[in-house]
Amino acid sequence: MKVMAQVAMVMNLDKCIGCHTCSVTCKQTWTNRTGVEYAWFNNVETKPGVGYPRRYEDQERWKGGWMLDKRGRLVLRSGGRVKRLLSLFSNPDLPSIEDYYEPVTYDYDNLVSAPAQDDVPVARPRSVLTGKPTAITWGANWEDGLGGAPEHAGGDPNLSGEWAQKVKFEFEQTFLFHLPRLCEHCLNPACVSACPSGAMYKRVEDGIVLVDQDRCRGWRMCATACPYKKVYINHATGKAEKCTFCFPRIEAGQPTVCSETCVGRLRYLGVLLYDADRVGEAAATPDEKDLLDAQRGVFLDPSDPQTVAAARRSGVPEDWLEAARHSPVYDLVMRYKVALPLHPEYRTMPMVWYVPPLSPVLDAVDAAGGDQDDPDHVFTAVTRLRIPLEYLAELFTAGDTDVVAGVLMKLTALRSYMRERSLGEVGDETALKAVGLTGREAEDLHRLLAVAKYADRYVVPAAHKEDSAALSAMENRCPVEFSGDAQPTDGRRVMLGIPTLRRRTSDAPAGGHL
Amino acid sequence: MTTSAADLLLWVALPYVCLAVFVVGHIWRYRHDQFGWTSRTSQLFEHRWLRWGSPLFHLGAFMVIGGHIVGLAVPDSWTEAAGISEHAYHTTAVWAGSVAGVAMVTGLGMLCARRLLTRRIRLGTDRSDKLLFPLLAATVLLGISATAAHNVFGAGYDYRESISVWFRGIFTLRPQPEAITGAPLLFQLHALTACLLFAAWPFTRLVHVWSAPIGYLSRPYLVYRRRAIAQAPVPHGAPAQQPGTRRSRHPA
Repeated sequence: MKVMAQVAMVMNLDKCIGCHTCSVTCKQTWTNRTGVEYAWFNNVETKPGVGYPRRYEDQERWKGGWMLDKRGRLVLRSGGRVKRLLSLFSNPDLPSIEDYYEPVTYDYDNLVSAPAQDDVPVARPRSVLTGKPTAITWGANWEDGLGGAPEHAGGDPNLSGEWAQKVKFEFEQTFLFHLPRLCEHCLNPACVSACPSGAMYKRVEDGIVLVDQDRCRGWRMCATACPYKKVYINHATGKAEKCTFCFPRIEAGQPTVCSETCVGRLRYLGVLLYDADRVGEAAATPDEKDLLDAQRGVFLDPSDPQTVAAARRSGVPEDWLEAARHSPVYDLVMRYKVALPLHPEYRTMPMVWYVPPLSPVLDAVDAAGGDQDDPDHVFTAVTRLRIPLEYLAELFTAGDTDVVAGVLMKLTALRSYMRERSLGEVGDETALKAVGLTGREAEDLHRLLAVAKYADRYVVPAAHKEDSAALSAMENRCPVEFSGDAQPTDGRRVMLGIPTLRRRTSDAPAGGHL
Repeated sequence: MTTSAADLLLWVALPYVCLAVFVVGHIWRYRHDQFGWTSRTSQLFEHRWLRWGSPLFHLGAFMVIGGHIVGLAVPDSWTEAAGISEHAYHTTAVWAGSVAGVAMVTGLGMLCARRLLTRRIRLGTDRSDKLLFPLLAATVLLGISATAAHNVFGAGYDYRESISVWFRGIFTLRPQPEAITGAPLLFQLHALTACLLFAAWPFTRLVHVWSAPIGYLSRPYLVYRRRAIAQAPVPHGAPAQQPGTRRSRHPA
């Protein structure tokens, strides 16, 4: 047993209002640079919808993630080692910029520099890539709040089964929820496995998956291999970039920027201990519907003395073990089992999990004339509802509706019980018992999900400085700048991804390659 | 046969200067610019032309490079000792060379076309590309024209008795400029642009050639790394910087 620790995330989708604060703060922190204008390390999608990049979940097309070959071995869907090297010259499965969107800026200058005239001056959109005026026809959240859904949302790859015929996009009959997405920092990352130059790696200490910018040679296989399409090509540097899980903040014991700024307080960060030796075996589980249990089987109980002893042998520090025992992620994923992974069938063992949204179900109860406070009505609705239960199952359980229904029932029972309690009643525990919760557990889960105090949501142990001088390199400076102590001797600062290209004012280049 | 100062300059001094720049340039670039060391892919912006142009160019280039190594580095006495007649050698060379050359020229033409015609790629073309693409195109076109003019349609020119002798002389440190002074002009120009191409190599995206990821065939799929145990941060561009100290300096 090789015990490793990972800082993992859970998002409670019932509380996501789709405000995009996480996306915007992430962008301002990490991708407000030339070359990655189109890249959103964190984005919020409206589901149903085709997503960003378009139809990224269609792995027949994009060849992301892993699959089992005829002999049951785990192989990358984009091909083996030889095929990968043969496709170095032209990667047949790489999304093009149109699959994301053409980034634009606006002629803001025109607003103040336009001559006096009868008409109000306007700021026209201009492509950042060509500098030409352009029409905005797509964006990272183009489908926000089901915008354009009657036209586009039918292209959602999750709407492939027969049941999908019943999904309607008319205003009165439709449903939606928001899905914030970032890099999953997988246990079995396909991007890392596909990187020909070995520039991508998973950190031993905290499981964060990173791209070594000095070793990336721009072979662009990671972008194809990632089934979540969360590795981006910086078109100015020609190198891959991705969500860093805000590692400078995590190392300092702080939550990621997307978590910190989430106004809905729906994100949870905590340590999960797992057995690295069993990851490959779990990812190769034959039946896709068993992958959820297989992944849960890899996680280790932090209060089990054997686990603790093995973790110590593997070099996990004491304060990390302590944090693992208080991990809200462990509680949601393992103790209460209300969190589910996004697309476990990609076999990457993702580490950002989701509490599925109950709201569309409650809407359906109302629509059917039921009482959404009555667990019986809701239970009935959950089991009878063909939509969106299958839809949620496509997203979170490889199509197993029983698991999603179980989670939704648990959340319904919790909601009903806590409503009674908060109205000063004793609380009927029969519904709780039916979903395997005690009154005390319900209070605990309610505190975690509904009250959601900062200290309960984020339990992030700081990195150990004694084994990381990289951290000290980060302490005194912005991660995208260099230390201000010495002026560069050659007068040319090469900053992270800020090239001389495409700057309209060429007299002030910030740096560049050659 | 006497050699003029100009010949010495062109066929001895220039090649050695270019070789020196090639070697020192690579060492400098490798030590100081790992971040810029990339193939600089533009597939994100355009993939239809790249899909054919890039494999044609690269595979053609592999064959052309192989042909050059055999033609320039191997003396004809060796191939004859191996039982390959002069005629058989040249027939094979002309045929294989033509196929490879046409593939490379077609591919490079497509790559240049997409670079010029796709505005967002053209705008992303930096100074090193503006040097590299014309130089590479000139070298390739001169090379294929020389072959076409003299060996496909012409009477045949035995470069193995002249240019190859000069080429080997450079590396055996016994330069023989007189061996190439009599060569046809197209061959001479091809040799000169090739020298310049080698000098430009370390400062362009051509460095990605040395990063061909052969190791991927045998390494384990998953890569784990510990947080770098680095020294105190070194100011950027400091002369004494060691390779590796900038590792994981820009993880993103």
